[in-house]
Amino acid sequence: MAKTMFEKIWEQHVVAEPEGQPALIYIDLHLVHEVTSPQAFEALRLTNRKVRRPDLTISTVDHNLPTDDTRNEVIKDPIARIQVDTLRKNCEETGVVLYDIDSAAQGIVHVIGPEQGYTQPGMTIVCGDSHTSTHGAFGSLAFGIGTSEVEHVLATQTLRQAKPKTMEVRFNGELKKGVTAKDMILAAIGEVGTAGWTGYVVEYTGDAIKKLDMAGRMTVCNMTIEGGARAGLIAPDDTTFDWMKGRKFVPKGDAFDTAVAEWRKFASDEDAQYDELLEIDCDSLEPHVSWGTNPGQVAKITDRVPAPDDFEDPADVSSAKHALEYMGLSGGTQIEDISIDRVFIGSCTNARIEDLRSASEIVKGRTVASTVRAQIMPGSTLTKMVAEKEGLDQIFKDAGFEWRESGCSMCLGMNPDILVPGERCASTSNRNFEGRQGKGGRTHLVSPEMAAAAAIEGHFVDVRDWETE
Amino acid sequence: MEKFTRLTSIVAPLDRANVDTDQIIPKQFLKRIERTGFGEFAFFDWRYLEDGVPNPDFILNEDRYSDASILVSGRNFGSGSSREHAPWALMEMGYKSIIATSFADIFRNNCMQNGLLPVILSESEVDTIMARALRGSGYKITVDLETQTVTDDQGLKASFEVDPFRKNSLLEGLDDVGITMSLGEAIGSFEEKRTARW
Repeated sequence: MAKTMFEKIWEQHVVAEPEGQPALIYIDLHLVHEVTSPQAFEALRLTNRKVRRPDLTISTVDHNLPTDDTRNEVIKDPIARIQVDTLRKNCEETGVVLYDIDSAAQGIVHVIGPEQGYTQPGMTIVCGDSHTSTHGAFGSLAFGIGTSEVEHVLATQTLRQAKPKTMEVRFNGELKKGVTAKDMILAAIGEVGTAGWTGYVVEYTGDAIKKLDMAGRMTVCNMTIEGGARAGLIAPDDTTFDWMKGRKFVPKGDAFDTAVAEWRKFASDEDAQYDELLEIDCDSLEPHVSWGTNPGQVAKITDRVPAPDDFEDPADVSSAKHALEYMGLSGGTQIEDISIDRVFIGSCTNARIEDLRSASEIVKGRTVASTVRAQIMPGSTLTKMVAEKEGLDQIFKDAGFEWRESGCSMCLGMNPDILVPGERCASTSNRNFEGRQGKGGRTHLVSPEMAAAAAIEGHFVDVRDWETE
Repeated sequence: MEKFTRLTSIVAPLDRANVDTDQIIPKQFLKRIERTGFGEFAFFDWRYLEDGVPNPDFILNEDRYSDASILVSGRNFGSGSSREHAPWALMEMGYKSIIATSFADIFRNNCMQNGLLPVILSESEVDTIMARALRGSGYKITVDLETQTVTDDQGLKASFEVDPFRKNSLLEGLDDVGITMSLGEAIGSFEEKRTARW
């Protein structure tokens, strides 16, 4: 029988299906960071249990790290410092590898997994972080878990999972210049809403997906969780294998060719059946900007901010009313007329080297508006080093951007990088929830290109009209 | 894990859709390394004014809901981040069950791991409970996990679905790790086969 990629990966990982219990699924790679792991390690200690497979577990520090020049000093926030030190101690005790602050491999956990070659097709990957869906770009079944489940995986290398349903999200057609992977996923979530995919694993297909580079595919899969699905998948192909080849933990030589042959088999069979299908046309897709306080509240760049009365469902009307009030916007405002105070290019959604290159094209030879503070936090220390080698840092600095260190930073503002109340930010991150980037801060989600152009102009602009050198 | 069997309590209404985990427990409070100490910060941005005084306009601050152990809210409750600090904070605030028309997946899982029962009811049932909780004070319902029902003394009789495995774990107060550890042999032989193949 024809199978979907999800079914193929699932079947290879079922350890047991005891009567009346959800399936027990084997986990190939467990990513750990400082925020959601301390209570899990502590629980193991209290129950006298060990980490079953430290060799399949890797960790890094990303959420709490400062991104300014105090980075290599002791973290000033005492509670954040304890959290980071606790991870160090836990890794030392259990033999889990830690990519610490002084390592080139340090970075946002969803950036370094693929960058170092840990993330591979056909794997099951979990992390105590909802954006674990990112790794699905390689055709691995990857999803976020809570701390109790982190404990479960540390102790047993397995997870209990009810089998989800499958949905195909097919992106037809071709992206126009200036329209990106970020716009594809924002448009899709705008269409289905933030709970539209709850209970599903999404597989992204179609010509526009096939043509995306790996960074774009990671952006799409990263935001799968914003539509409510825990995992998003893209079939591995030559784009995937070319990107992976030569990375540190990817098999080398003949072993690589053997692996590629196996990896290809994970792609869904041609006549595989999904439970649902959603189609999105990319020929007419425009750059998107979020206007509200969840990632489903988005508009095209040529559009206006909607008014609450534009919605039919009473819950949507009430959501829009709250959102507009919080965002300090009124219905009918042209998106291009929204002025911004801050720009954040960073996060596990859009801080890879490819994202930085795209943003630099927009910025090159131009100057950040005098009313805007613009910052770039590369996704990993290695990404930062590569960007500097290519001279991207100079392009950004010449334009007036702050070139900072890597980490989750202002995506969620656990470190000192936050908005002050009322500040409005064009952000390449994934969530525009109330207070996400700082209490009272107003977040607009956009692509790196759109964020860069907004930094220059001081308000949102249609990057499709942008002349590049 | 705390057992959940049957609970009769005042209902606190939070009439909003998409209440996300950033609202339930904002990021600045995620730095603790313990499972406790989150309750006082739950709904922080809505619950307190600038100077730390409770916001009189936030409904959960009203005296009539101070003894509530059941929260009723709009659809897609708990969306966003995977932080288990959200159910920890809600439980410390005194809630033992949450009723909504839908929940975000990871949040729902996290609740189940902690004995905080998420109950999905139909829109009309949730509307009924919400309206009755908003009106007057002292409105109580009973959530019974054994019979999978929600009832009040005004004629409400709703039923809900729950996975049989999760139900048993909640009723008995069992945690997953212990159950899975008993399957250690199956995990071991799976690992041997997998290592041989890869």
